[in-house]
Amino acid sequence: MLLETIILLPAAAAVLAGLVPWPRLRPLLVPAAALTHLGLVCRALAAAGPLAPAESMLGIDSLGGLTLLVVSLLYAVISLYALGYFRCHPDWDNRIFTACLLLFLSAMSLATLARHLGLLWVAVETTTLVSAPLIYYNRNKFSIEATWKYLLLCSVGIALAMLGILFIAYAGLLGHGEANIQLDHLLASARFFSVPWLRAGFVFLLVGFGTKMGLAPLHTWKPDAYGEAPGLVGGLLAGGLTSVAFLAILRAMQIMTAAGEQAIARQCLLALGVTSLLFAALFVIRQRDIKRMLAYSSVEHMGILAIGVAVGGLATYGAMFHMFNNALTKGALFLSAGNIHRHYGSKRQCEILGSLSVLPVSAGVFLAGFLAIAGSPPFAVFLSEFSILRGIFAAGHPLLSGGFILLLAVIFIGMAGTVLPVTLGPTYNETGTPGGHRETLLTAGAPLLLLLVVLAMGFYLPTPLHTLFSQAASLLEVTPS
Amino acid sequence: MQNLPDFILIAVILLNFFLLGTSRLGACVQAVALQGALLSLLPPILSGPSVHALSLAGGAFCLKGIVIPALLLRAIRKLDINREIEPRLGYIPTLLLVALTTAGAFVFGDRLPLLAAHLNSLVIPASLSTLAAGFLTLITRRKAITQVLGYLIFENGIFVFGMLLAEAMPLMVEAGVLLDMLVAIFVMGIVMNHINREFSSSIDTDHLNLLRE
Repeated sequence: MLLETIILLPAAAAVLAGLVPWPRLRPLLVPAAALTHLGLVCRALAAAGPLAPAESMLGIDSLGGLTLLVVSLLYAVISLYALGYFRCHPDWDNRIFTACLLLFLSAMSLATLARHLGLLWVAVETTTLVSAPLIYYNRNKFSIEATWKYLLLCSVGIALAMLGILFIAYAGLLGHGEANIQLDHLLASARFFSVPWLRAGFVFLLVGFGTKMGLAPLHTWKPDAYGEAPGLVGGLLAGGLTSVAFLAILRAMQIMTAAGEQAIARQCLLALGVTSLLFAALFVIRQRDIKRMLAYSSVEHMGILAIGVAVGGLATYGAMFHMFNNALTKGALFLSAGNIHRHYGSKRQCEILGSLSVLPVSAGVFLAGFLAIAGSPPFAVFLSEFSILRGIFAAGHPLLSGGFILLLAVIFIGMAGTVLPVTLGPTYNETGTPGGHRETLLTAGAPLLLLLVVLAMGFYLPTPLHTLFSQAASLLEVTPS
Repeated sequence: MQNLPDFILIAVILLNFFLLGTSRLGACVQAVALQGALLSLLPPILSGPSVHALSLAGGAFCLKGIVIPALLLRAIRKLDINREIEPRLGYIPTLLLVALTTAGAFVFGDRLPLLAAHLNSLVIPASLSTLAAGFLTLITRRKAITQVLGYLIFENGIFVFGMLLAEAMPLMVEAGVLLDMLVAIFVMGIVMNHINREFSSSIDTDHLNLLRE
């Protein structure tokens, strides 16, 4: 019952948001639903154990639970920011935006709890549909273009994933005589499956959900969508939705591992991961638009996650840890970038120079968040990236680890070329644009809170979280019999 | 009655040719509607008239054959567009490509490892050919609405493949898939409307090139 509540609560709040006639009260539904959601998720995780009876449609395992926790935590903090955001635009119609924002949480929760590939597919496709209106919130030529590309590319990508699911079902029908795509059932019987169909299915799943996750070269919608979406939506997409899409790919990895096809699956994932790092390194240099720069940073970190899981061993643990860190840090970065964007009415580097003197908290978080996402100690991202790197060394890929470090360094320098002038540079406009929005407790406090969590995790990783990461990683390593 | 499924599948393949060979958008939408409606008859024919198959057929018929085409036809009327002018690739080359991919689908379909029951069925070639036709539409056409049609053709191709797997998806999930598709078309329709407004009465996706490095 708890799991159903986790999914239905935000959906019910969305319906309520559609009905409430007061635009000033409506945004309150978002943090109310989000904080309750977070509480419920914590309860579900604490009560976890072998909760799901086999053959059920919903269930919580450590992989799904971890993703759900990441999504819920990020969403809860961003919902506080959303309150401040709506206060900045009191006259904008927020009915559709609030409803879609809440449905987005519901769909992401469903995706993390789904134990059936078909249900997982429905949930992921729903996230695409309800997030499209969120990207279009600024209502101009640029955002309509970004929305169209996002909608069409992701829908076609997800359609490919559906084909992959059907291929896997056929692999089961041919090899095992039964086309049941319930996850536990698949894991138990995958070793009998027809190998060609299984491999084809995996590739289609990887391409389909990889499009959604934004792994290069399937990332082309990402800079546009993240660039044009409001900051809080960018944070939710880059931190929450990508983690959900990653989970979908991990489900496919689980099936391949259970079928004894782990090696080929890892090679595919590794290829996409390395390509993502390469693309990010190429495009982040001289990137003059801060939100597009963050989008390429997101491509980079999706690549790091893919490489972590592809290498295996300690790197898988690192990838689980990194998914958590990346989500929260990206949230902080997008929210603070949104504050800077809103104050100056621009996100081009030349027009927002020296923002630290005008928006001390937001620009400070933006600068510190850049250092964090680039993997500087003492932030937790350093620990997770270091775990992945150690895993790569331990697995005996000296060439890969060398390239990994080199590309990360290039991306660090490329991002620094944009972030440092934007925050520390000479001030372009002392007063800011007239009517520019100042930072408030909510809009500046939310990104700061996210960054503080990442910082604290760098010093002390609570045992339950450590256990969760380890268990999630072990699900990807061990072949369930 | 033995040949009915084959007849439907051949009609589906021929409709692919029609879709990529015509420039009139209204006719294109009707062809996609006909394709979807024909496909929706398949589940009860192929796997017997169970509750599952009948509900799937009913739902698919309503959505693919009636509701979604009606939405698209309304959009065409509202946006006042009739023809796909200047596709990225001309009609004759696209038709040649459809012919090639269809031939390829038959050759490739023969080589796949299949269950004995599916060995001589037209399902796999029809599915692959429809998927290819959907992709070709997505790639070679400029108008936003034709791209939506390409997506729908692609979905039809997936639906055909699903005929091999009668009971893989529970009814609830099947309903979710169809509902998602309806909402997708609905949202795409709204976005098309906005594209039309922002770019002075045109839904040419060539205008969508402001965002680049």
